[in-house]
Amino acid sequence: MPDPSPSNPHGAPRTLFEKVWDQHVVTTRDDGPSLLYIDRHLVHEGSHHAFAKLREKGLPVSRPDLTFGVADHYVPTRGRGGAIADEGIARMVGQLADNTATHGIRLFGLDDPRQGIVHVVGPEQGLTLPGLTMVCGDSHTSTHGAFGAFAFGIGASDVAHVLATQTLWQKKPRRMRICFEGKLMPGVGAKDMALAWIARLGADGARGHAIEYAGSAVRALSMEGRLTLCNLSIEGGGRLGMIAPDATTIGYLEGRPFAPKGETFARAAEDWLALASDADAAFDREFVIAANEIAPVVTWGTSPEDALPITGETPDPDRIADPGRAAHAREALAYMGLEPGRKLTEIAVDRVFIGSCTNSRIEDLRAAAAILAGRKARVPGLVSPGSSLVKRQAEEEGLDRIFVEAGLEWVASGCSMCVGMNGDIVASGERCASTTNRNFKGRQGPGARTHLMSPAMVAAAAIEGRLADARPLLEGRI
Amino acid sequence: MEPFRRLSALACPLPLASVDTDQLIPARFMKTPRAEGYGRFLLYDLRYGSDGRPSGALPLDEPARAGAQILVARRNFGAGSSREAAVYALVDYGIRCVIAPSFGDIFAANAANNGLLPAVVSEEDAERLLFALEAGLEELVVDLEAERIEGAGEPIAIMIDPVMRTKLLNGWDDLDMTLSRADEIAAFAEADATRRPWARPDA
Ligand code: SF4
Repeated sequence: MPDPSPSNPHGAPRTLFEKVWDQHVVTTRDDGPSLLYIDRHLVHEGSHHAFAKLREKGLPVSRPDLTFGVADHYVPTRGRGGAIADEGIARMVGQLADNTATHGIRLFGLDDPRQGIVHVVGPEQGLTLPGLTMVCGDSHTSTHGAFGAFAFGIGASDVAHVLATQTLWQKKPRRMRICFEGKLMPGVGAKDMALAWIARLGADGARGHAIEYAGSAVRALSMEGRLTLCNLSIEGGGRLGMIAPDATTIGYLEGRPFAPKGETFARAAEDWLALASDADAAFDREFVIAANEIAPVVTWGTSPEDALPITGETPDPDRIADPGRAAHAREALAYMGLEPGRKLTEIAVDRVFIGSCTNSRIEDLRAAAAILAGRKARVPGLVSPGSSLVKRQAEEEGLDRIFVEAGLEWVASGCSMCVGMNGDIVASGERCASTTNRNFKGRQGPGARTHLMSPAMVAAAAIEGRLADARPLLEGRI
Repeated sequence: MEPFRRLSALACPLPLASVDTDQLIPARFMKTPRAEGYGRFLLYDLRYGSDGRPSGALPLDEPARAGAQILVARRNFGAGSSREAAVYALVDYGIRCVIAPSFGDIFAANAANNGLLPAVVSEEDAERLLFALEAGLEELVVDLEAERIEGAGEPIAIMIDPVMRTKLLNGWDDLDMTLSRADEIAAFAEADATRRPWARPDA
């Protein structure tokens, strides 16, 4: 039922996103933008520009109690506990510790047992809740939308604005709904769903939109899967991605350290379940995708939209009519060192990476381990869990031994080879099968060639030494 | 921030789609304090070989384009990360306007916060501008007040969000405007604490 509350006097049907938006509008300017109240602000090493701006203006942090620091982008993944050898990296990690200490902001720092990638730590600690507005100076903040939070990435000027005022001016995004109906095939997961829609709509297909993911295949996803799906919203150009809270969401949150407790939790759960889009709510754009038609997907080029089922072959630019798109395909193939019409399963890889805020949670590690157990990788690779707590859990489950026995390196948690800021990079010209979210030129290091795929598919690539279909390797194992 | 009204300047073609923020400034340069200037990092890996020598791969480094303040690119410019450093690299290099058929949302917001105009044109018009520049055209006029680009035949319409336009025309900084509303924000926070008692972190 529409909710005739003060924030919604007319009781018109609303979407999930509109309900959360309406609850956060401090004021709306005549020319359109609204001043939104921000419930959670996450900062990391890259936030130094914003802290510098505060210093310049002599401003304090308005709500340190709603601001949390996480060391992730630059942290070393090896030799933790000792001093950081690289001076520049040590400075970045130290600056975050100084800035958060100066302003009284709680920090999950390098040596905190709860440290990890900001978008893994937020949900894990119960900082991420349904119905919240959340921002972070990182585009994959869309991840937190998995809980029905309105979460988006911002640049340094806006980070400074939120630090100083706990608000942000925003224009209301348009509404888009992507429904995945039906059942996924075995061996296919949230990463494949995400790459499939981005391949279809394009890397700027959802530009200016708040995406809601819905449909039976989304409801069937675990929280881990939902986080992966929402994580990649930005790769399709979306401002953010959201999923309506349900029993899965509430079950995940109960007992998390920073989540509400006792009666407050019960009250919260009631509010959260009421956030779902009203049955007759309108969307500006809607798409329906048949879940059972999705095959394991890999990328071949330098944009996440350059994605195809593993059974496919690289495109032929001469057969693309649009000149801009043909030029992109030609250039992408050249950078990737691939020729047109090459079967994807014939592409040999040099290394693999399992990690990043997209695919480094416990389920992701289990999915990769299910394929790697008792097998040997033909190429070297790195496995970096999403948080220090995920690392501990994986070790308790014996997953670390499976990775190590397969020949992969098991390291500490951080952004690591997703962005290479900490020095974990792919060498120039090398080809990496990666569970990350960006296959941009040079993303994993200058000249590095990245193929994006799910953890199961990366594990399969490790075993075969080439891009490979994970499904046959899963037979008898799931 | 310097207002953006009308810019008559050298323009440079960048005939690439999806020039993402990782290309605009590779991650390894982002440890640098802004005071040292970010212009030299702009599109670094496209412009310099692994030996650090200019590769001459982009028109940006042709002598005739030196001092360009306008870039023309293909769709999805500035896709990717929220790093405002991508905008710093453009601005510090001297670029004041990028013309493309579409921009990453976060990039566009960051651009407007730094006085850089992300001017959206149709794909057709972008191709026309690229063609004209590659055929030897040097200067363009970007008129934000009139919302059009002149200098390449028929004037070309710019599409821009009206709020972003006002902000750029006036050189406004959001932060100063918002600080004057501190009481309003405090009142909202207080009422909200009763409406949503569960929204505060509990630990
Ligand atoms: S893991 Fe990669 S995408 Fe995620 S926050 Fe870190 S750098 Fe960004």
